[in-house]
Amino acid sequence: MRTILFLIRKEFLQIFRNRFIGRAIFAIPLIQMLILVPAVTFEIKYVNLCIIDNDRSVESRELIGKLEGSPFFRVKYYTWSEEKANELIYNNKCSAIINIPSGFGKELGAGRPVKILARIDAINAMKGQLTWAYLSGVISSYNENIIAESLPVVQATMVPRISVTGRYWYNEMLNYKYYMLPGILVILVTAIGFMLAGLNLVREKEIGTIEQINVTPVKKSEFIISKMVPFFIIGLADLGFGLILGKIFFNIPFEGSLLLMFLGSAIFLVAVLGLGLFISTFSSTQQQFMFVAFFFIIVFVLMSGIFTPFESMPMWAQKFDLINPVAHLIRFNRMVMLKGSGIADVARELLLLCGIAVIFTTFAVRRYRKTA
Amino acid sequence: MKRFLGFVKKEFIHIFRDYRTLIILFGIPAVQILVFGFVVSTDIKDAGVAILDLSRDETTQKLTDKILSSGFFRKTGELLNYNDIDRIFKKGNTKAVIIFEKDLGSRLFREGTASVNIIADGSEPNVATLVSNYISAIISDFNREMNKTLLSSSPVVQPEVRMYFNPSLKSHFMFVPGVITLIMILICALMTSVTITREKEFGTMEVLLVLPLKPSQIILGKVAPYFLLSFINIITILILSWFVFGLPVRGSLILLLLETMLYIMMSLTLGILISTVSKTMQQAIFISAIGMMLPTILLSGFIFPIENMPKVYDYFSSILPPRYFIVIIKNIMIKGTGLQYVWKETLIIALMTLIFMALSIKKFSLRLQQ
Repeated sequence: MRTILFLIRKEFLQIFRNRFIGRAIFAIPLIQMLILVPAVTFEIKYVNLCIIDNDRSVESRELIGKLEGSPFFRVKYYTWSEEKANELIYNNKCSAIINIPSGFGKELGAGRPVKILARIDAINAMKGQLTWAYLSGVISSYNENIIAESLPVVQATMVPRISVTGRYWYNEMLNYKYYMLPGILVILVTAIGFMLAGLNLVREKEIGTIEQINVTPVKKSEFIISKMVPFFIIGLADLGFGLILGKIFFNIPFEGSLLLMFLGSAIFLVAVLGLGLFISTFSSTQQQFMFVAFFFIIVFVLMSGIFTPFESMPMWAQKFDLINPVAHLIRFNRMVMLKGSGIADVARELLLLCGIAVIFTTFAVRRYRKTA
Repeated sequence: MKRFLGFVKKEFIHIFRDYRTLIILFGIPAVQILVFGFVVSTDIKDAGVAILDLSRDETTQKLTDKILSSGFFRKTGELLNYNDIDRIFKKGNTKAVIIFEKDLGSRLFREGTASVNIIADGSEPNVATLVSNYISAIISDFNREMNKTLLSSSPVVQPEVRMYFNPSLKSHFMFVPGVITLIMILICALMTSVTITREKEFGTMEVLLVLPLKPSQIILGKVAPYFLLSFINIITILILSWFVFGLPVRGSLILLLLETMLYIMMSLTLGILISTVSKTMQQAIFISAIGMMLPTILLSGFIFPIENMPKVYDYFSSILPPRYFIVIIKNIMIKGTGLQYVWKETLIIALMTLIFMALSIKKFSLRLQQ
């Protein structure tokens, strides 16, 4: 036990001797979290429209008025030239062009259906679909007005329709900060723990100081544990500070038990550190380790379901996520923090995290050779 | 010049000697493009919904079938009362609960209106909005079908849509250019940021400093092999994204290659700049990986469109080079435009390259005088 304590003390000294690293392990995640969290939102607030009104009638102006009245559309450009409109969409100045044909008002007045053409920039498919959905909404409310005017009153009210009302639970205003903060914090802690713990071990190999440890009677498990503990403590501290700052600046809710949250985070940290140390036993230079670790971090992050929905991923990717500790912790955090799920609800995530932690730490201890 | 070439040759040998790193360097970007091209997507499919049907009549059965057969949803359970909602949400697999009010069918035909209530799990806001939008769309489709005969005889506006640039609405078109941009800057900056710090940490820097080479030559010599490497990488990536994801190059290929060269150069010099300010490899890695990863993912417009962010971030992200490259690459590849639409972005990246280069040379020569 005493040996481990000495080794841990040595690790702490080494980490904090480099003044940059000593400060950066706390400053970088917390500052990044504070800066990045408010930026991230999927909510598309508005899109810019360009209108080509070839009709210039009362009816077409009414339709344009409807579009202008919708908070989702900003009618920024009016033009009569197709070329000008195309240029706007190529320049990213507007994301949809609406073309009202000449004779629009006349046809409607004569009681015939008319077509209008909407051209939507769909590179961002989600935004394209949303624009189309809102546009259809505006137009069908315009249509309802026309129908209401043209049909006898009795008949118009008899059009049966199902209305939809919606509510969001656990985050009524759909505040993205509540959703992103735990995730971003987890990513930063992962990056730090995973990278630094592994780099630390590889660095000893590369510089040759590992030989000095190897000739002492320190056990393999003691050595690995001493590499883990400092980053475990740093990681938990980062998470703790991050949550406190999140509470202060963004007022994120804590529905569930704090103790459960820290339990989950602790198991997660062991899993991540174990994996980092396991990979480091394969690498002989810091450069090699860095690229492999970086690869895993990016894969873990982008596949964790934090930025894009987990369900949208193909089946093989969802299967892969069984060994992705980041995915488990992000689900876990959201459930505990926002929904107040209890230990029974998150048992699956906790068990999987435990499994990953045990497997990779054991691997790391076994793979580490005291003989060169 | 001969000395310089000798130095470049030394650097090449240095890199190509280490097979493992080389395999990793070529493998990582290719694998990542493949993985993320498939994985990063915002389409909803098989999202879990639970149904609380208080009416249980023909209409609600039809609606349920219509929702579940759309391919976007899968049923995670049938609830009996309101208390079940919280319980099923807490388990985590259900994204929304659809509630059919009591006597929905009979009210619909007697009174002409009836309502469906959607409760979505707001702890994942993006999924929640998508899911409730999709369900609303399905229900309004149901309404339209119900009233088809009535509407077809009336004077109505029928909107017709043409989805530009991406008619089949694939999310690859949004994300693959983003992934290319992200991976290239991170890998390039990581590669070069380690090289000079490595020399410092191992003490071989002294040897470099006594060489009869100018600082600018040393820096160029360090960059040259990585430039070649990254260029091969990006060509592999472009070929993969064409064959696997059907991402076209609608504009000029030569322009695209020139732009990527510029971007690679910018990323490499950024790495060099990081290496001149760091003392150890750990520090360099810390800055270029941990410091740069999230801002690049989040603020470059890769997943989250910049125009949705608060205005401050628009200014803030304008110092991030990936933001400009994403615009360039999307314009050339997908929109098929020429230089006249991207000259501003190109100029900014070129300017950044020059600034990074000047700063690193300056920092580097300062160290010479120590």
